[in-house]
Amino acid sequence: MARKLNLRIWRGDSTNGGLQDVVVEANDGEVVLDVIHRVQATQMGDLAVRWNCKAGKCGSCSMEINGKPRLACMTQVSAYGDDETITVTPLRAFPVIKDLVTDVSFNYRKAMEIPAYSHPENLKPGEARMEQVDVERSQEFRKCIECFLCQDTCHVIRDHEVNKKSFAGPRFFIRIAELDMHPLDTLKNRKKTAQEEHGLGMCNITKCCTEVCPEHIRITDNAIIPMKERVVDEKYDPIRWLGSKIRKREGIV
Amino acid sequence: MSGVFSPARAKIKERTLRTDKYWLQPAITFGVLFSFVIYATFRAFEGANYYKDHLISPFYSPCLSKACVPEATIFGWTPVSAEIFNFALSPALIILIFPLGFRMTCYYYRKAYYRAFWMSPPACAVAEPHSKYTGETRAPLILQNGHRWFFYAGLIFNVILTYDAIISFKSVEGEWGHMSVGSLVLVLSTTMLWLYSLSCHTCRHTLGGRLKHFSKHPVRYKLWSWVSVLNHSHPRFAWYSLAAVAFADIYVRQVASGAWTNFYFF
Repeated sequence: MARKLNLRIWRGDSTNGGLQDVVVEANDGEVVLDVIHRVQATQMGDLAVRWNCKAGKCGSCSMEINGKPRLACMTQVSAYGDDETITVTPLRAFPVIKDLVTDVSFNYRKAMEIPAYSHPENLKPGEARMEQVDVERSQEFRKCIECFLCQDTCHVIRDHEVNKKSFAGPRFFIRIAELDMHPLDTLKNRKKTAQEEHGLGMCNITKCCTEVCPEHIRITDNAIIPMKERVVDEKYDPIRWLGSKIRKREGIV
Repeated sequence: MSGVFSPARAKIKERTLRTDKYWLQPAITFGVLFSFVIYATFRAFEGANYYKDHLISPFYSPCLSKACVPEATIFGWTPVSAEIFNFALSPALIILIFPLGFRMTCYYYRKAYYRAFWMSPPACAVAEPHSKYTGETRAPLILQNGHRWFFYAGLIFNVILTYDAIISFKSVEGEWGHMSVGSLVLVLSTTMLWLYSLSCHTCRHTLGGRLKHFSKHPVRYKLWSWVSVLNHSHPRFAWYSLAAVAFADIYVRQVASGAWTNFYFF
């Protein structure tokens, strides 16, 4: 059964903009992206919105719905009351381009700063073998669809533009954790660079990244905190440091 | 102007557009933690009503001061002076830094109090009031990296508190095989503390999380797997253990002061 939905959409660009009210029809089972498309088709032909798969797998339709970072294609209209106005804005941590579309290139620059997987030199292509228990942790992080909702909600950059220079953000901490926990990756200094170059120490564990992740990756518990603990192993645990010297172990085995 | 009000970002004047009661959880956290701090401070300085008939308050165990009630000490071991600079030192003040430090540096409590007390941030996608932020990269917050030392100390405390819970199964006359309400209170408190400690992220890391190859360490992998299950409930255990320890102290205090009678089942 169709109903009339009160929608408030932010429209504008980097110089100016504001919220505009529209009333649009919404049908049972529809998601917010559906009604945005209906607005685009019937009332605002030039409304800019980024989208692609409509299945929660491409990470394109990230926006803020009633102030919460969400995927528009995974947000049911029926989750909101009949007399409730749904407010839709672009991601507020990134520069806006037009309407609901933001410039997320910050994330691509950060991605390039993370050293890639380093394959063991003595293994030729096809020779690598890994056990499932050794790759499970990294596999969880591979579910990331790069919607950047975690980056958007992280107050370290959302509330402090200046920190963008020195802070990679939760999406890239799971990338670092994925590689550091990878059974074959040979790069030794990921922990050190995570702390000193990518700003791991700036994270204060408030878990907003985990709360908004549409893939339900336990970003804080399974990536950020384990990486912080690995940094403690190397930098703040003299007993462990001494043990590694005496036993001449090459880091974590 | 910075943060969500930075020039290139969408021009929205509200600090947040959230319509839910996002302030409720931090407000409750603030209320509960603040009440606990007030009560714990009062009890730490009280220096009395912490022992009665084989029941010892977890706030005062291990009792290491020469001022301790002899029965409350560990085999009479009292290495710490009863006063310092002519100031009578409550036995609780000597030891509380360890459980306090464990909770202060706990990864879960960090989230709770950064949100509730420091509003950094108050809630997800709600702009924080601070103009600068350096996180845990410099003093004093860099000391949060010492969590594992408090974790190790906490394990020793848990062993001692387990011993306290066991001796609470003595009668007033000192005979074994009796059980009172106080015994149950101390067992509950100690159990919650063990669950809180064992579900800790540092415990998870120490037992196996730091490994790169689980397949080479099957026993540690199994331990890591078990602790990972407990770790899901770490926030719950954090609150349950806090409440259980506070209640255990209140119970012992009331019994020791004569306000309540410790009922023996057998």
